[in-house]
Amino acid sequence: MELYESTVHGLQTRLAAGELSAEELAEAVLERIDHVEEDIHSFVYRRLREEVLAEARAVDASRMRGDALGPLAGIPIALKDNLNTRGLPTTCASAILEGYIAPYDATVVESLAQQQAVVIGKTNMDEFAMGSSTEHSAYHPTRNPWDVGRVPGGSSGGSAAAVAAGEAIAALGSDTGGSIRQPASFCGIVGLKPTYGRVSRYGLVAFASSLDQIGPLTRDVRDAAIVLGAIAGHDRRDATSNPGEVPDYLAGIESGCRGLRLGVPRQLLGEGVAAEVRSAVLAALDLLTELGADIEECSLPTLPHALDAYYVIAPAEASSNLARYDGVRFGHRTRGSQSYREMFERTRAEGFGPEVRRRIMLGTYALSAGYYDQYYGKAQQVRTRICREFELAFERYTALVSPTAPTTAFRFGERMADPLQMYVNDICTVPVNLAGLPAISLPCGFHDGLPIGLQIIGRPMDEATILTLAHAYEQAADLGRRRPPLSRVPMGNDREE
Amino acid sequence: MLTKEQVRQVAALARVRASDDELTGYVAELGRILDHVARLQEVDTEGMPPTSRALEQRGILREDMPQVPLLRETVLANAPDERHGMFLVPRVVEE
Repeated sequence: MELYESTVHGLQTRLAAGELSAEELAEAVLERIDHVEEDIHSFVYRRLREEVLAEARAVDASRMRGDALGPLAGIPIALKDNLNTRGLPTTCASAILEGYIAPYDATVVESLAQQQAVVIGKTNMDEFAMGSSTEHSAYHPTRNPWDVGRVPGGSSGGSAAAVAAGEAIAALGSDTGGSIRQPASFCGIVGLKPTYGRVSRYGLVAFASSLDQIGPLTRDVRDAAIVLGAIAGHDRRDATSNPGEVPDYLAGIESGCRGLRLGVPRQLLGEGVAAEVRSAVLAALDLLTELGADIEECSLPTLPHALDAYYVIAPAEASSNLARYDGVRFGHRTRGSQSYREMFERTRAEGFGPEVRRRIMLGTYALSAGYYDQYYGKAQQVRTRICREFELAFERYTALVSPTAPTTAFRFGERMADPLQMYVNDICTVPVNLAGLPAISLPCGFHDGLPIGLQIIGRPMDEATILTLAHAYEQAADLGRRRPPLSRVPMGNDREE
Repeated sequence: MLTKEQVRQVAALARVRASDDELTGYVAELGRILDHVARLQEVDTEGMPPTSRALEQRGILREDMPQVPLLRETVLANAPDERHGMFLVPRVVEE
């Protein structure tokens, strides 16, 4: 196996044993990026080669000195471009943040730096994380490594494509309505959305603050557990951060799923789910049953309304959060205005792309006088019903299982004409954000060479159980060795200079 | 039914300049999305409180301790325009 397609845990063993240096690893990944990036376009910003190698050498020096190193030391990691990263551009793939250099680090970026992970660049996304295909980036689309004629999913499409294509060993993304899990599903990798509050949102550019959560995109479940362990925990700078202890997510990961009772919400496997996705998920359920899980169909009757509630609540919160882009303090400003008001309006009309403007309009309308109760108030009541239905389900079940997305990756342009066609991608993922629950997506099969994702939803703060279940399935299904059909490059140690 | 006049007001509230054609486009696009989300009205939410937070959390207030903020020049480095250590904007008060 090539270095650039290895796992965090596999590489860490070799780094610790001295069989491999962080510099060699960084070289291999940089070379891979040079080789495939022009086909994939995962990144909106790549750090200078020399900076990356210098950081990697510092990790090697630290290891030579005998310092105690964490599991991410020397691991090349990519960051979604909505994570503030000091000294680097942080654009959210929006023209309105063009030229903005983050003056501080997000807490998760700080955590990675403390662990001596090596940040290699910032990844492409749908502008301000609004979208499900990465086509809404102001810069360029990212292509799916499994079929470059198709989207990688979104909004963390750049992070998912980078990991799938070997351009990073792991990546961070953010998930407001499925933005980690759906691209992970489309790109055949693992994506984890932690419980709301498990990972600090400080320094994550806000989209919908009651739904946003940062999480890992990785090659396997064990890596997701490792990266989650590195970024989870209480942070006084995020008032919604959970003060609970962070467990060792690897401790019980081998314990299997024997005797666990799992529910399959029928509302997430019905109308709108493609036949091939449905049959892959049913096969996965059979395998979980063979592994000893006790599986039943269940019903959460309000789930079909989750998408409607989400497309009121998320735009409403976004319209408020995005009010800060006023052309005054940072980012783009449209020149030549006669008044402050004119500058403000023209800056936003020019700086935001069509989908972001659409959602700001929608959210502003839903919050405006006379419509608040009808839209926002009603959506938040429906949300409470959905939360209660999940609570009730979790009295009986340890976890819930569903498809991650109703289809495999679609073609460029296929869903751009009609916003509703794009939104229905999120039917299986948005209920999880509304209820603040943890959920993981992992590959459960292929159709016409395109990956299909399985979603496992857990109780609040019980990431450990969904990781254990996902790990048991992954080991038994043994799909993890399959890699996208991209051209291969030689091992990273024959350098070009 | 959403009218063009309503959409014009929303654009003004949202501080997003929109041409006449764009406003017409919004009437159709937003109208379709609003028709879809109108299905929320079918859900019985009698006595159901609106969600204020998805998960119950307690004891999350931090101590109120003085901290060092970002330096003025660090913040102003990102400003589109600045003068005398302040953000510079076009005239706010109309003549």
